[in-house]
Amino acid sequence: MKIILTASSPSIDSNVDARFGRGAYLIVVDPDTLEWQAHPNPGVGASGGAGTLAAQFIANQHASSVISGDFGPNAYNALEATGVAMYLYGSSRTVNEASNTLRQDSSNALARQPARDTTRVGK
Amino acid sequence: MMKITIASGKGGTGKTMVATSLGISLAAFTPGRPPMFLDCDVEAPNAHLFLHPLLTEQQDVALLIPSVDEAKCTHCGKCAEVCQYHAITVLGKKTLVFPQLCHGCGSCTALCPEEAIREVPDRMGVIERGLATSGIAFARGMLDVGEPMAVPIIRQLKRWVYPAPGQVVLYDAPPGTSCPVVETVRGSDYLLLVTEPTPFGLHDLRLAVQVANELAISAGVIINRENGPYPAMDEFCANQNLPVVLRIPFERAIAEGVAQGKTLVEIHPEYITRFRQVFSQIAFTIEGKNRV
Repeated sequence: MKIILTASSPSIDSNVDARFGRGAYLIVVDPDTLEWQAHPNPGVGASGGAGTLAAQFIANQHASSVISGDFGPNAYNALEATGVAMYLYGSSRTVNEASNTLRQDSSNALARQPARDTTRVGK
Repeated sequence: MMKITIASGKGGTGKTMVATSLGISLAAFTPGRPPMFLDCDVEAPNAHLFLHPLLTEQQDVALLIPSVDEAKCTHCGKCAEVCQYHAITVLGKKTLVFPQLCHGCGSCTALCPEEAIREVPDRMGVIERGLATSGIAFARGMLDVGEPMAVPIIRQLKRWVYPAPGQVVLYDAPPGTSCPVVETVRGSDYLLLVTEPTPFGLHDLRLAVQVANELAISAGVIINRENGPYPAMDEFCANQNLPVVLRIPFERAIAEGVAQGKTLVEIHPEYITRFRQVFSQIAFTIEGKNRV
């Protein structure tokens, strides 16, 4: 099952980008083989709806987990509907560190995105 | 019918004070034909505090947004592909609609190959109208709390009113120069820009003038809270051929009066004549333009 992280440059040693919808790159990591691939985030240039666009990418990749700094209400609702687990990168600095932390102890090491009020988003 | 929009660029320069004072001045000079006043600052309307309308009529503003019939939907993704606003997404076996991102264009409904989408109204605010001070025909829009899009409210507010032939319509615009301002200004005969002699005021005046130029609407400037010379502002206006139609001094009595809900013409009645002169200058400009 793939892990996807937001990154500021297209490298596994890049810092995690704190933004989900507007984070520069999305790096897809295979936790078993440690293979990774960087994709430009489709949300970056969007005038609106960046979060839903990035979430669509995550869904199309069939990822199980996604790591970023925060998930906005639209992105949260979309990822929640898809059943993707949302994690915050916390004290990890790079994409490599964060994905390793999640891989080694997926239950505790990274904080989950707190629940959001989605009464007005995503019907 | 003469349409004048009062805008500013920078917030807090005195748009509403000027707009309401101009409205009361016009009503005083033409008692048989008071103007119409539209508060288009739908995110924070406050002209009612000065004009005291009795709001007797109300109408909901709703956008038609898609509703997906999951039984018919094959999750082909056509709707998500055509949506310019990313307001509808197909995530695996789910199709989700995000009402706050939707602009109500109808593309997804029209292009759904399964006819699985129908449109349902989604309320985002309200428009209200009634008679105000001095017989002014008042109307305003109000966006619901938490709703992000002001433009549909402004558009519907402008369509809802029917000015009489020859009646002056004043549009009190929101601050800034983004879509809600453009929607307010669109179709106006004149743009009255209220500014203050500060670097902030001048910076945002430059942006507002660009809107006027882009929409090819004549504009004039009112400098509010003038407190000594600020040559950069006058130079800018001169270079842009923007007439400074009124200067209002920085004065404690005005600030106190406005804070108590009084318009400038109630604080200093001599401004009724000055606003009448401002209007004459505007009318002259519009007529001159129409003749060409």
